[in-house]
Amino acid sequence: MKISIAAYIAVMAGVTYLIRMLPFVIFRKKIKSRFVKDFLYYVPYAVLGAMTIPAVFFSTGNVVSAVAGLAAALVLAFKGKGLLPVAAAGCIGAFVTELVLTLI
Amino acid sequence: MNSDKLTFKEGLKDGIPIGLGYLSVSFSFGIAAVSQGLPWFAATLISMTNLTSAGQVAGLSIITAAGTLLEMALAQLIINMRYALMSLSLSQKLDASFTTPHRFLAAFGITDEIFAVSAGKPKDVTPQYMYGLILLPFICWSSGTLLGGIVGSILPEMLCSALGIAIYGMFVAIFIPPARKSIGVFVTVVISAAMSCCLEFIPIFESVSSGFAIIICTLAAAAAGAVFFPRKEADEQ
Repeated sequence: MKISIAAYIAVMAGVTYLIRMLPFVIFRKKIKSRFVKDFLYYVPYAVLGAMTIPAVFFSTGNVVSAVAGLAAALVLAFKGKGLLPVAAAGCIGAFVTELVLTLI
Repeated sequence: MNSDKLTFKEGLKDGIPIGLGYLSVSFSFGIAAVSQGLPWFAATLISMTNLTSAGQVAGLSIITAAGTLLEMALAQLIINMRYALMSLSLSQKLDASFTTPHRFLAAFGITDEIFAVSAGKPKDVTPQYMYGLILLPFICWSSGTLLGGIVGSILPEMLCSALGIAIYGMFVAIFIPPARKSIGVFVTVVISAAMSCCLEFIPIFESVSSGFAIIICTLAAAAAGAVFFPRKEADEQ
């Protein structure tokens, strides 16, 4: 029997929503455990580290422009700039580098 | 006191870089979906109802391979399990105004990036801030898929590929400031990044999916941070 695309989409969306919703709705109390609190405090940074490295190096046309973009973003991030300027610096750094590379 | 709370407008502003990053990623998802035989409206519907990258790409391959619904459910569960961690983490820093109906609604929009931005806020998160933060990424993710599905490659390839780094630039902007101030955050990021490289490049880990790799790195690095760099009570706020 052929499964309709709608059924696939319903399962995908349903499972994904439940995963997000259940912990969000169920956990009402503030957690007391020192370890669990510290663990949850570090979760976002751990997620970001794993998602950024090494994926950022393959996020543009080539590794060279990605490194240039990352470097530009790092410089602005170290200066304490906000999300948008840092992200824009990354794009501009990568774009200019790719432009230069095609001209060489 | 009330005026100090996070506003819808502030959420909108923080959502701009996320939206920009999503535009290019969802654009390529739209192209991929249509090139694999899905109608453009199905691709767009997937983006509107799922709002996730890795899970959608895996789902796409299951649909085109005519896999079972159980396979679809399991794949989504494993790849998206990290959202459960994020929801749990975020549930700990919600403003008192975050009532149950708001939780049901806002939970839909917890993505890696939206979680990271909201979790990185020094203040407790309000429903208004979450809705503002989710709105633009949702619109961009859906419309990017629609555009990619309908018009294919209208953008010059170079521009497309430069936009691909936006999302990572945003990540860097989130973790660099706290990593400069806290050795614990710094070490957690380094451990997680190092493990992620191992899982990506060491051949025996080839079968580990990208979603599952993020779970492993997150659990290990955050646990290491909590064990070796416990925070003092005073650091909590």
